[in-house]
Parts: sequence; C-alpha cells; structure tokens
Amino acid sequence: MRRPANRRPSYFARDRYCYAFLGAAILSLSGCAGVLDPAGPVGAGDSTIMLDALLVMLAIVAPTILLAFWMAWRYRASNTRAEYRPYWSYSGRIEAVVWSIPILTIMFLGGLIWIGSYRLDPFRPLPSKTPTVEVQVVALDWKWLFIYPQERIATVNQLVIPAGSPVHFSITSASVFNVFFIPRLGSMIYAMPGMVSQVYLQADRPGLLFGQSSHFSGDGFSDMQFQVKSVPSAEFTAWAQAVRSAGPVLDQTAYAGLERQSQHVAPMTYRGIDPQLFHAIATQRIAPGPGPEPENRSHAGREVVAGGRD
Amino acid sequence: MFGKLSWSAIPFDQPIPLITSLVLIVVILGVLALVTLKGWWPYLWREWITTVDHKRIGIMYCLLGAVMLIRGFADAIMMRSQQAVAINASGYLKPEHYDQIFSAHGTIMIFFAAMPLVIGFMNFVTPLQLGVRDVAFPTLNSVSFWLTATGALLVNVSLFVGEFARTGWLPYPPLSEAAYSPGVGVDYYLWAVQISGIGTLMTGINFVTTVLKMRCPGMSYMRMPMFCWTVFGSSLLIVAVFPILTATLAMLTLDRYFGWHYFTNTAGGNPMMFMNLIWAWGHPEVYILVLPAFGIFSEVFSTFSGKPLFGYRSMVAATLFICVVSMMTWLHHFFTMGSGAAVNTAFGISTSIIAVGTGVKIYNWIFTMYGGRVRFGVPMLWSMGFIFTFVIGGMTGVLLAVPPADFLVHNSMFLVAHFHNVIVGGVVFALFAGLHYWFPKAFGFRLHEGWGKAAFWFAFFGFWITFTPLYILGLEGMTRRLQHINVEQWRFMLDLSLIGVGVLIVGAICQVVMLVVSILKRDELRDTTGDPWDGRSLEWATPSPPPFFNYAVMPNVEGEEAYWDIKLRAIETQQLSPEPAYEPIEMPVNSPVGFYTAFFATVTGFSLIWHIWWLAAVGLVSAFAGFVVFAWRDVHEFHVPVEEVARADHARRAARAAVLESLANQDATS
Amino acid sequence: MSDSALPASVETLRRLREDPHRVGHRGHGQDGPVQGAGHGATGPARKRIIVGYGFWIFLLSDIVMFSCFFAAFAVQGNATAGGPGIRDLVEMPRVALETGALLLSSYTCGLSFAATNARNKLWTQVFLLITGLLGLAFVLMEAQEFIGLAARGITPERSGFLTSFFGLVGLHGLHVTLAGLWLLTMMAQVQLKGFRREIIHRLICFNLFWHALDIVWIGIFTIVYLMGSVS
Repeated sequence: MRRPANRRPSYFARDRYCYAFLGAAILSLSGCAGVLDPAGPVGAGDSTIMLDALLVMLAIVAPTILLAFWMAWRYRASNTRAEYRPYWSYSGRIEAVVWSIPILTIMFLGGLIWIGSYRLDPFRPLPSKTPTVEVQVVALDWKWLFIYPQERIATVNQLVIPAGSPVHFSITSASVFNVFFIPRLGSMIYAMPGMVSQVYLQADRPGLLFGQSSHFSGDGFSDMQFQVKSVPSAEFTAWAQAVRSAGPVLDQTAYAGLERQSQHVAPMTYRGIDPQLFHAIATQRIAPGPGPEPENRSHAGREVVAGGRD
Repeated sequence: MFGKLSWSAIPFDQPIPLITSLVLIVVILGVLALVTLKGWWPYLWREWITTVDHKRIGIMYCLLGAVMLIRGFADAIMMRSQQAVAINASGYLKPEHYDQIFSAHGTIMIFFAAMPLVIGFMNFVTPLQLGVRDVAFPTLNSVSFWLTATGALLVNVSLFVGEFARTGWLPYPPLSEAAYSPGVGVDYYLWAVQISGIGTLMTGINFVTTVLKMRCPGMSYMRMPMFCWTVFGSSLLIVAVFPILTATLAMLTLDRYFGWHYFTNTAGGNPMMFMNLIWAWGHPEVYILVLPAFGIFSEVFSTFSGKPLFGYRSMVAATLFICVVSMMTWLHHFFTMGSGAAVNTAFGISTSIIAVGTGVKIYNWIFTMYGGRVRFGVPMLWSMGFIFTFVIGGMTGVLLAVPPADFLVHNSMFLVAHFHNVIVGGVVFALFAGLHYWFPKAFGFRLHEGWGKAAFWFAFFGFWITFTPLYILGLEGMTRRLQHINVEQWRFMLDLSLIGVGVLIVGAICQVVMLVVSILKRDELRDTTGDPWDGRSLEWATPSPPPFFNYAVMPNVEGEEAYWDIKLRAIETQQLSPEPAYEPIEMPVNSPVGFYTAFFATVTGFSLIWHIWWLAAVGLVSAFAGFVVFAWRDVHEFHVPVEEVARADHARRAARAAVLESLANQDATS
Repeated sequence: MSDSALPASVETLRRLREDPHRVGHRGHGQDGPVQGAGHGATGPARKRIIVGYGFWIFLLSDIVMFSCFFAAFAVQGNATAGGPGIRDLVEMPRVALETGALLLSSYTCGLSFAATNARNKLWTQVFLLITGLLGLAFVLMEAQEFIGLAARGITPERSGFLTSFFGLVGLHGLHVTLAGLWLLTMMAQVQLKGFRREIIHRLICFNLFWHALDIVWIGIFTIVYLMGSVS
C-alpha cells in the first residue's frame, strides 16, 4: 500500500498497522470493507481508538470468562476432591482486587475516551496544506442535497470530493433527524432541523465510497443513501466545471419541489445555486419540508403511502 | 360520532396483519367460549381477576409478559427474514408495514414483555423473601397489573384497527409529530405506553414502600436476600425516572393533539429536549430491567453453589452504585449529535464507570462458586450462559461509550447486537433461570430438566448465531432499520443471522414443550418439601405452592441467610422448632377496582387515539365514579381463622418432618 | 424427595461439626446475630406509617414530573418565535392574589387536620370547605388569566415558550383541580362514615398532597412569575 504524500501526519498512524491483524480477523469473516478499513485520517483515528479500547477490555474480559468457566468446573458438585468451604463468603483481599480491576481498566479507558474525544471531535478542523473544501449538506425526505458554495453548484445523492483535501461539511436537515455517515471516512454526525452540525472528513485516495443516513427517518429511509466519489483534485475541478455547464439551477422554487417527500431518488446535479439557500434552510426561514400527504383524507387513521422498491 | 374511526381503519389491503388479527380474534373468542361453557368465570373472577394476592398478580404479570414475548419474537422473525430476502429486492413487507414491525418489536419487548416479566418476579418473590404476607399496597398492585395489561391490549388492537407507530420504539420528534406522522400509530404508542407507565410507576412506589417498611422481624437491611436489594434498587429507579417518561409522553401528546410546540420543528419547539428527556428515562430503564435480573442470578449462584453469596456488602454497594450512576449517562445515546468534546468525554467516562459496578458483580458471582459444590441445574446453565454473554455485551457496550468508536457504529447493527447482547443475555436469560428456579414454588412441581437444558442450549447458540453476524454487519457500516438492503456483500451475514433465528425458534419450542411435559408429568415432578433446590432464603421455608397468607407465623430472622440457619438447626437437632401459637391472620379482601380501572382506561385510551371525545369523557367520569365507589367500601380486611392457619402449618411441618426423617435414615445407612 | 435436594446443607452441617469456630464465616466484623430486634428491623410497620410513607414516595415522583416541565420552561424560555415573552404575560396583582389564596388554603388545610386529630367532625369539615373554596378561587383566577391571555392571541400554539408556560402552569392548575375533586370526596366520606382508620389515612395523604401542590406553586411563582417580571 502506498502512503499518499499529503496524508495528515496522524497521531495514530504509528499504531495503525499494529491493528491490521485484529481488524482483518474480524473482517475476514465476511470479506467486506467497513469501518475497520478506513479510507481517511478521521476513520483511521476512530477505528484505532476502537481497537485500542477493544484490546484494553479483552485483556480483562477474556481471563474473566475463562476464570468463570474454570471455577464452575473445578467446584462442580461431583468433584469431591475440591475443597468445600460452605461459609466462605468474604475476603478483604479479593474484594480489593475485584474492585480495583474494573476501576483500573476504566481509568485506562477513561484516558482513551478523553484523548480520543478531543482529538477526534468532529468540529475540529483537519490540518492540511491543501485548502479545505466546503460542502453544505441538507438531509431531505428522503435524499441528500449537497451544496458546494465555493463552486456554486449542488448535487443530490452524489458526493464528489477531492482526494487528499480536507472537506468541511456543514450539515442540517429540512425535516426530521438523520445522520450523515460515510462509513469508511469515519465520524458520523446528526443532521438536525434548525441546527447546523459540522464534521471534517478527508479521503486519502481516489475511489468509490458508500454513504448513508444512519438514523431512521421514515418510509423512504432505506434508499437514503449516496455515492461518494473521491477523485484527484484536478479531476474535481474539471467535474465542477462540467456540472456548472448544464442542468437546472437550485433556487427557492426548485428547492420547494425537491423538499417534498420522494423515495429512491437518482443522483442529479444543479448548475447554479442560491447562495443564501443553506442558511435559509438551517435557520428555517424556508419552512421545513412537508410531511406525507395522504391520498385520501378519510384514511387519516392509517396513513397509506405507496413506497419501497416495487 | 366516531372521530377518525372508519372502516378504512381495518387493514383489508394488508394480508399479514389482517389474517394474524383474524386468527387472534378467533382464538380469543374460542377461549372466552370455552371459559363460558365450562363455567369458569366465577372462579376466574374470584381467584384471579379481582385478586390482590401478590403471588397471583405476579403469575398474571408473567403470563402477560410471556404472551407478549411471543408476539415480539414473531415481529423479530419477520424483521430478520425481511432483511434476509430484501437484498436488492423489495422483500415481502412494504416500508410502512416493516416500520411498524420494528417499532412494535422494541415497544413490546421493553414495555410489555421484559417489564411485566421482571415485575412479575418482583411481585411473586419479594414478599416471600422478606417474610411478609403481601406488598405494602395490595389493591394498588392489582391496579398496576391491570393498567399494564391495558397498554398491552392497546398495542395489539393497533394490529387490527389502524396502525402502530412507524417511528421506532422511542418516537423521536419531529418524525413523531403530527406533521410527519399524521396517522394514529404514534397515538397508539403514546397512550399504550403512558397507561402502562403509570401502572409501572405505582409498582415502583409499592415496592419501595414494601422493602423499606414491610419486613419480617429481624430482617434488617443487611440480611435481605440480594434479590430484594436489586428489587429495591430497581423500584427506586422506577420512582425516579418513570415520571420523566410520563412528562415526556404528555408533552408529545400535547404537541400532536393540540398543536403545541414542545418538540416541533417550528415556532420554537426543541426536538433535542425530547432526546434528553426520553433518555433520562431510557437509560435508567435498562437498569430497572437488569438489576432484578442480577438479583435472580445472585440467588441462583449462591443456591446452586451451596454457599452464601460472596461479598454481599460489595454486591449491595455495587447495586446502589449502578442506581446512581445510571442516571448520569443518558447523553451517550447521542454522542453523534455534536455536543462537543468536553461533554462527550464526561458522559463517555460516566458510562464506562457503570462497568465497575457490573464488573464487581461478575467477580463476586465467580467467587461465590469458589469453594462451592456447584450443581448444574437448568438455572445454573442460564447463569453461566449469562456470564459469558453479558460480559461480552458489556464489553461492546463500553466500546460504544468511547465517543470516537461510537462515531463509527452508532445506530448500526453493531448497536443492535450490543443491546440484544445485554438485554437477552442479561434479562431474558435471568427470566428463564428464574422461571425454572421459582416455578416449583409457584405451582408445586418442578420443570422438566431435560427439556429445560435443551431450551438453554438452543437459545444460547441461537442467540450467538443470530447476533454475531449483526456485530460484523455493524462494523461493515450497515445501519439499522433498513427495510431493504442495497449492498450485496451483506447477504451472507444476514442469511447466517436468519439461521440463528431458526435455532432460537427451536429453543422457544423447547420451552413450550418443557412446560407441557412438566404439566403432564407433574406428579413425578411434585415438590413435596417446599425446598427443591436446597435453598437459603425464606421463600423456601413455605410449602410449594405457599398458602395465600404465605406464613402461618411471621418468621423471626436471626442471621444473614434466614432459611439456611433454620434448616441447619433443624437438621442438627433432628427436630423442627417448637410449634408456635397460631393467631388469626388479617388479609386484604379482593377488589375489582383494578379490572374496573383497566376497563375504563382501555375505553378512554382507545377513544383518545381515535379522537372520540365524548367516549373519552364517559370513560374518565366512569373511572372517577368507580374510585369513589371503591373508596366507599366498608370491609377492607378479613380474618383467616386460627384453625385454617394451624391446619396449613401442620401440613407444612409434617412435610418438613418427613424430610428430616429421610435425611436421618440416609445418615444412618451411609 | 428429589435427588438434588439438600446435599449442600447436609454437608455444611458435617463441616460445621468438624469446624466449630466456623472459620471464614461472616467475616463482616459481626460476632453473631444481634438478639431481639436485629438492626432495628422490628417487623412490618403500622398501616398508618406505610400509607403515609408510600404517599411521600408518590409525591417525590410527582415532583420529578413537575421538574421535567420546569426544565422545558427553562429550555424554551427564549423560544418565543417572535411572539410575546414572559414580561407580556405577568400580571403581578393577580398572581399575588392567587398565591395568597393558595398559601392561605394550605394553612386552613393544616387546621382541618388539627381538627381531625381532635376528632372534631364539624371543624374538620369547616376547614376543609374553606380550603376547597380557596382552591376554587385559585383555579378560577388562573382560568380567567388563561382566558384573558387567549383573548389577546397568547395561546400555547403560538410558540415554544408559550407552550412551556401554559404546560407548566396548567399542569399545576390541573393538579389543584383534581385535588379539589378529592377534597369533595373526602368531605363526603368524613360526613357519612366518620373518622375511620382508613379515612384518617386518606386525610393524611390529602394533606400531604395539598401542601406539596403549594410547594410546587412556590416554585412556579418564583421561577415563572417573579423571575419573569424582573427579567
């Protein structure tokens, strides 16, 4: 594996390969890439912390389980050679050990939690020589809208990012809660109406990734997924140029149509945007997305909406 | 006249709920007809429906929980099979149906299966272990049960009339607000949970008072069996957090019914407030369930090792420690909402600190076996299975408490596997252990060991075959609640998981067969001694099943293990303690108020769901009138005559004397 | 007898005979069972104590519920959505009257229980009646306040702040109303059945409830009205 030149000098880079075997052991069970096969520094940091924590705990959990089974077997009723101590129910030394083992483990883990939470705070910018790309994300019922304010373009259900550059996502929702998550890039974060959450992610290499909503948001949730294309930065510029040359413009009218509930939406692009749009959505100056519109009002009790993959 | 209710509420276009509910209706009508034909109504009314006996109420709770456990399991089978067939396909459940199924599965399993079963054990066992004749408020106890039953009924009615919530087991706004869920599903959820939640709150009040104020002479705090301590901890948590649930659901109800703005998207509503409030209840709720489960395991480990519980005081401390800390961890359910590093750190650490309490408990159970004579009866098998499963579930739980790790697997199948790992491995295993352990006490005969062991092994392996793939899927990035799956690579694990469900089904069948076989062979399995497991706490001092007044004479506790000491003295001196002077016993009279309340709660709840305002008013007024009438009654207690008390106790003493004699003979021959 | 029964207890006894000092047993710094009461646990408490105790626990849970509504009020205090704020709602003279009525009713409620303790039916009833009337006055004044606000277009549907305001104050009003119904029932019971054991227990509970509602009102008065009027 070639290390990309512009990869962030990660705090965890050193350890990364130490855990390869553990991750590989888990993943080889299915042979598929997931969160333990990170494609960027944030995912690498997250999964390193995860495996660190797992190792710390396994060190104590595995012997405990073995001890439990050994104890049960050693003192089985049929084993009359084992000593029977019918009143033995207290030992200050054992109690001390029994309390200190979990306390020490948790102190260790607590340090990991502390360091990890600060280092991998999603709101924390990624240091990089290349400029950060801005992407504004809006969770809609049931598709993702990506606005590129610098490039003045927008896409639906398709995210293209330059490999090797940090991307700053500002995320909000136009209706209900969702989670913005690209498993191999790491750190998911909620998309919430009336609020803007942020996450900095970076893909190290060009490639195709899979993104999704990780919080149930209604009937069309299963298709609320998007393709992530990480491309070399020159290609990214070319792509933005191409998008800018054709397609509709995302103004308030177009947005009103987009905002209505729809499922299984094919990727599409907008050649221009209303620069105030994201702000207007996040501050709810544009009214939140409408909910389901029942075909028949008398069905109000049982809302029947055609949906799914038919 | 009938609000939103119309014929279109019946799902004529959806064969699965339609056929299921028709079959259910036929079964229910059949049972009612059988009861009527056999003339069992007077017996049922007198002995069960109006009973205020904690043992009977406990048994009814367990029956309700068992029925709902099967319903929730059926939902689980549908979910796993849908996901296994809907890979790049639409499967056999449409989203609007599938969404109801996972919401119903969670709601039913937590509120109407696990809670009733746990409360059922609390009811049956606690007064017996404390050496008293009933709980503090027997009639209120009956009301609690019937309100829980009301909630369960409403959830099941939603199968046939209308729909259930499509929002998940916790209805996160704004999805659950009227704008995004205009149907009656969320209303069913709200009223079902609200009504049963009030019942649970009263149970909590009842058991806090029982443990603190109703113990037999000599039963000091530090002599209470561990199960009573955990019941106490669990009840304290109920009192502390169920009002939060009541308030939160009330706020959502106000939003949905009157257009208020607690949690709406617009006009200053604050959905985040819902997350905080609901998890301030929701996280302690997990410990409300698992603490009594820990209590059951404590009893089983100690009894089946033939030893006192190791580190009793540590166990008490750990229980109360868990109680307190469990209320400081709720934010870990939304680390990924961007609360900031400092907040995440604090809640990550507070969450993992709970593992200290549970860790101590695990070690104490292990050291209880040290130097023991461990018998591997069915309850002990469940307990060993529990240690293995729960330790791993706890480990993945602490993993989820590490914010950066949670950023990867929050809301994923990993999370699903984790909480099933702790709730099935912790609570459900405990309930099965407890079932086997206390069944003879309740019904007078033991359960069949062979089928019980088969049930355990199928459940244990079925569980791991089902949920290990889900852990892996979570690590592969699969999120939960997907109606269909667009990633082909997940097929193998989903199929494997479905196979696990098949094994679990075999386990469930074994449980049913175990019950049937045990009932058929009840004469062989009869427990004549009242002490089938060589027990240590007071419930084993009574006959099986105990008389309705539990103890002819209230026991006088002189040591930490009340019954063990009595038993040893009897064996050593080769005689029972001298016959006490019997006195008439004052017992509470039966009361229909619980059933009456539940009836009108059902009417009111149903009419509120469908906006039939006049009927709701009728229901409320009738309920109030019922309370007034009930408060008017003149007789609250009746006296059990001395002769009856003496007769019951003589029978018990005769059985004990027979045991002593047979032991003496064994001693002589050996 | 089952084959599994009693092996441990019999063996324990054998050990005990061999080891009279019970080495390792009960190492909790306790030499033996305490004679008599046993750590102060002297059997079940009396009914009166159990009832009162249980009701205290209920009150605690009720206060937890109120605290959620207080929390909502704190969270949504500024969520006025461009609508009226707390200063537009507070009418101090009316609130002062309401508070006066409720506090006075707590006092008369206490007097009624003093009369109950003296088993004086007439004075119990008189003071209960005064309590109820004061409570009614409180509820009516509050209803009038709400109706007046609604007439100015200030309703809970207007904003998150108003929702939390009406929710908190309204929940307390609902409690007082229900307590009033309970009070009427109790008066009827006292009149027709006299001071029976269980009726006195219920009077204890009613008193506790009424005073608890007063305490909650003090919280509402301070946090909603007083702090609102100076904000």
